Amino acid sequence: MAMIEKQIADRPGTLAAWRGFTAGSWQKGIDVPSFIERNLTSYEGDESFLAGPTENTEALWRQVSQLLKEERERGGVHDIDVNTVSSITSHAPGYIDQAKEKIIGLQTDAPLKRAVQPFGGIRMAADACDAYGYKLAPELDDLFTHIRKTHNQGVFDAYTTDMRAARRAGIITGLPDAYGRGRIIGDYRRVALYGVDRLLASKKEELLQLEVDAMTEDIILLREELSEQTRSLAELKKMAATYGYNISAPAENAKEAVQWLYFAYLAAIKEQNGAAMSLGRVSSFLDIYIDRDQREGTLTESEAQELVDHFVMKLRIVKFLRTPDYNELFSGDPTWVTEALGGMGLNGKTRVTRNSYRFLHTLYNLGPAPEPNLTVLWSTQLPKAFKRYCARVSAETSSIQYENDDLMRPHFGDDYGIACCVSAMRIGKQMQFFGARANLAKALLYAINGGVDEKLGGQIGPAIAPITSEILDYEEVKAKFDLVQDWLAKLYMNTLNVIHYMHDKYCYERIEMALHDRDIVRTMACGIAGLSVVADSLSAIRYAKVRPIRNEQGVAIDFEIEGDFPQYGNNDDRVDNIAVELTEGFMNRLRKHKTYRGAIPTMSVLTITSNVVYGKKTGSTPDGRKAGEPFAPGANPMHGRDKKGALASLASVAKIPYSHSLDGISNTFSIIPKALGKEEAERSANLAALLDGYALSGGHHLNVNVFNREQLMDAMEHPEQYPQLTIRVSGYAVNFIRLTREQQLDVINRTFHGEV
Amino acid sequence: MKGRIHSIETFGTVDGPGIRFVLFMQGCALQCRFCHNPDTWDTSKGRQVTVDEILQEIEPYLPYYRASGGGITVTGGEPTLQAPFVAQLFKACKERYGLHTALDSSGFCEPSHAAELMDYTDLVLLDLKQLDRDKHEWLTRQPNDRILTFAKWLSERKQPMWIRHVLIPGITDQASDLQALGAFVSKLKSVEKLDLLPYHRMGVYKWQQLGRAYTLDEVHTPTEREVDRARQLIEIGRKEATLHA
Repeated sequence: MAMIEKQIADRPGTLAAWRGFTAGSWQKGIDVPSFIERNLTSYEGDESFLAGPTENTEALWRQVSQLLKEERERGGVHDIDVNTVSSITSHAPGYIDQAKEKIIGLQTDAPLKRAVQPFGGIRMAADACDAYGYKLAPELDDLFTHIRKTHNQGVFDAYTTDMRAARRAGIITGLPDAYGRGRIIGDYRRVALYGVDRLLASKKEELLQLEVDAMTEDIILLREELSEQTRSLAELKKMAATYGYNISAPAENAKEAVQWLYFAYLAAIKEQNGAAMSLGRVSSFLDIYIDRDQREGTLTESEAQELVDHFVMKLRIVKFLRTPDYNELFSGDPTWVTEALGGMGLNGKTRVTRNSYRFLHTLYNLGPAPEPNLTVLWSTQLPKAFKRYCARVSAETSSIQYENDDLMRPHFGDDYGIACCVSAMRIGKQMQFFGARANLAKALLYAINGGVDEKLGGQIGPAIAPITSEILDYEEVKAKFDLVQDWLAKLYMNTLNVIHYMHDKYCYERIEMALHDRDIVRTMACGIAGLSVVADSLSAIRYAKVRPIRNEQGVAIDFEIEGDFPQYGNNDDRVDNIAVELTEGFMNRLRKHKTYRGAIPTMSVLTITSNVVYGKKTGSTPDGRKAGEPFAPGANPMHGRDKKGALASLASVAKIPYSHSLDGISNTFSIIPKALGKEEAERSANLAALLDGYALSGGHHLNVNVFNREQLMDAMEHPEQYPQLTIRVSGYAVNFIRLTREQQLDVINRTFHGEV
Repeated sequence: MKGRIHSIETFGTVDGPGIRFVLFMQGCALQCRFCHNPDTWDTSKGRQVTVDEILQEIEPYLPYYRASGGGITVTGGEPTLQAPFVAQLFKACKERYGLHTALDSSGFCEPSHAAELMDYTDLVLLDLKQLDRDKHEWLTRQPNDRILTFAKWLSERKQPMWIRHVLIPGITDQASDLQALGAFVSKLKSVEKLDLLPYHRMGVYKWQQLGRAYTLDEVHTPTEREVDRARQLIEIGRKEATLHA
């Protein structure tokens, strides 16, 4: 960087803002990790220092709760501004209750009023307005249909016949081709640490560096993007100014640091309706500011907690305008404001700070909630007291998830965040092209049925000869399944290339990318659904007798199974190895294909709540699952088939190799409270031991739900009594009462460990 | 030697200290009306396994059991019905893994039959269901003499014990019975803990599946107040017995 210390010193306010911090290379270039490394104070103690909610917090949360109640009563949407295209500066300042709010800023001029974000696709915006009884302003409809092209339009202009068919059949599904792709994490901390002017100067410098000899396509693209990024930073300053803040210079205290950081995040969510809009890893960064204020005697613990509570309150009311269809796929109106807590530094010191506790403590001060998506980066090295506290919070709120820091740190260093549910990425240095998932269970049926879709009846897959034998032969099925997977991986990757080319072109994430380095690592994040269905199906074909029942067209519409077969989820290598081979096999197929912008192919085993929708679109499978029945979520064993208890179930999932699923392996674990132990201390200790064991055995992700089936059944009947009942589903949490009835039943039917 | 088992649970936390491997044996000589595992009664059902097969099921999870101060618990059904098999299993668990071993038993067992097993048992979870002989017979189809004899024998051996008592409103919660329980327990030498287990109805569906009539249909799960009251009554029985001793 050409930044020199004199220039920094010249910037008004900078040296004052950095008072008391340990100097380092972070002062010369944009380098948040180095700032954290030099200034973070680890905390090994327990939760006894925490403060309850202030009167202000309680009053404000009552107001927000009332608004959220009204939103539910109005069918899920409080209000829509149908006349304005959302941008960083589109709306006048909005407040919940200005006198009480310590941290300010809303997406529009009123809380819960949703904005129109049509760059991903105008249909999604217009349909969403219609669905909730509003009408999109005709001039906007016209503008984004006839004058300004959208991402969605671009994708469908380029889609091939095969791609459209695969999408219709649901063998590739959940594709971000009609909405924002999301899963990009801006390094929002940069705004607090450096102020916007410094970031602007740095981006301008990067643009200058790109005045090179050969103006190739990639240089032109990058120059255009850098210019857009610069423009967005200027807009960010302007937006903050409308709230009365000048964020040109670095934040000078904790309150400003939270506020600056939140303005940056707010700019991102005003500009992008991304499928997941993660926050990153901000809590321990902010602890450095809080710690300094507390040392200077200007901030009490109660005031510090108030800042965090008010910030989190804002994160809880992030809202996007989406169609009910979309919410059926990703139930409960999720936004994935994912915040990563804890973890270990590469220097061996823990990244747990007092502020890690404060963030978790919001689940008590404000009650449980699905957002922000609090994700504990678990390491066996975490301080004991913190482990116990996390376990207690899990047992009492079911609102947090765990990801194995010991597994991710070697790949991603010690300053990564989690995009969406389970996808690790270095903050400000890496992004992903989100790729939804391929339905492997359907692919297996294509192998049996010669590429004919069992639901639509037409030829969708490759026209291979269907299997006609009376009993399915393992080798024959496997050979054909290999061919179908070859076809699927190629089609899938090509489809994603089209999508992300168009997203960059028509719906570029200007402000989020402005908070990245110039040269970043990109991954093409593919995914698979139906892992346990296929593993059990192949096991049944191999170890039992599976007889297809065919319709007049010769398509297998059901299967009869004779005999027992090993089932995934019981720590039985005979079937677990099938699941491992499936994962490796599909990932290796993905690696064969050329990707847009040289992205590195990765894969996740994650379904969110769409396991229900995928199940609906898929016929009966050879494992005994009937047509239309849900898949297990993520990498979970099928409901009720894990018969040897929690540890055997976890052991099966932990075998799925992370090196072939670098985008994450999701496991959702439900257990009844009394099965964790008889007393609170015992329960926390046992759950912490279970998490340690899962981490040691190489498991990647675990959602922990602790409740009784009866409680959920009661919540289905009396939703009004459970406004804040939160459960983990697959990489995120939802308000149980906002799930569809089908999804609620799916959750209730899952394995609850510890039941008699 | 083979044992007849019902099922296994790799993550047990309520049958002894820490996280435990819980082995459910098949077969029981009692037929308790409140049993939540009636599917474990029939001595001809279940599947036969060797000690080695069970050890293979335990081995992957040893780190969990060791780190949490847990171990293995054998329950059922009634594990002492297959005492020689369980003895071999416990012996192997101790020799190979140094695991803590616990036996969850009704105590309906001749001491001579369990002597070898006790040599390898660290903890007995002893279910004392009812001190009144007639009520015991009504509740379990057997009188309690043998059980009380077994308890005294364990006490003579100084076998560490956790006494467990299922609190069933209207059936095992009479003041006199609870005080008698307290008095009896106070005379045992090696009791480390007394657990009151509130009756629950989560196993009722199994009776329906087995086509058996469930006779405690009118009974409810005790409230916290009822549990507190029972705890106090047992304590009174214990203290009085100690005073008069």
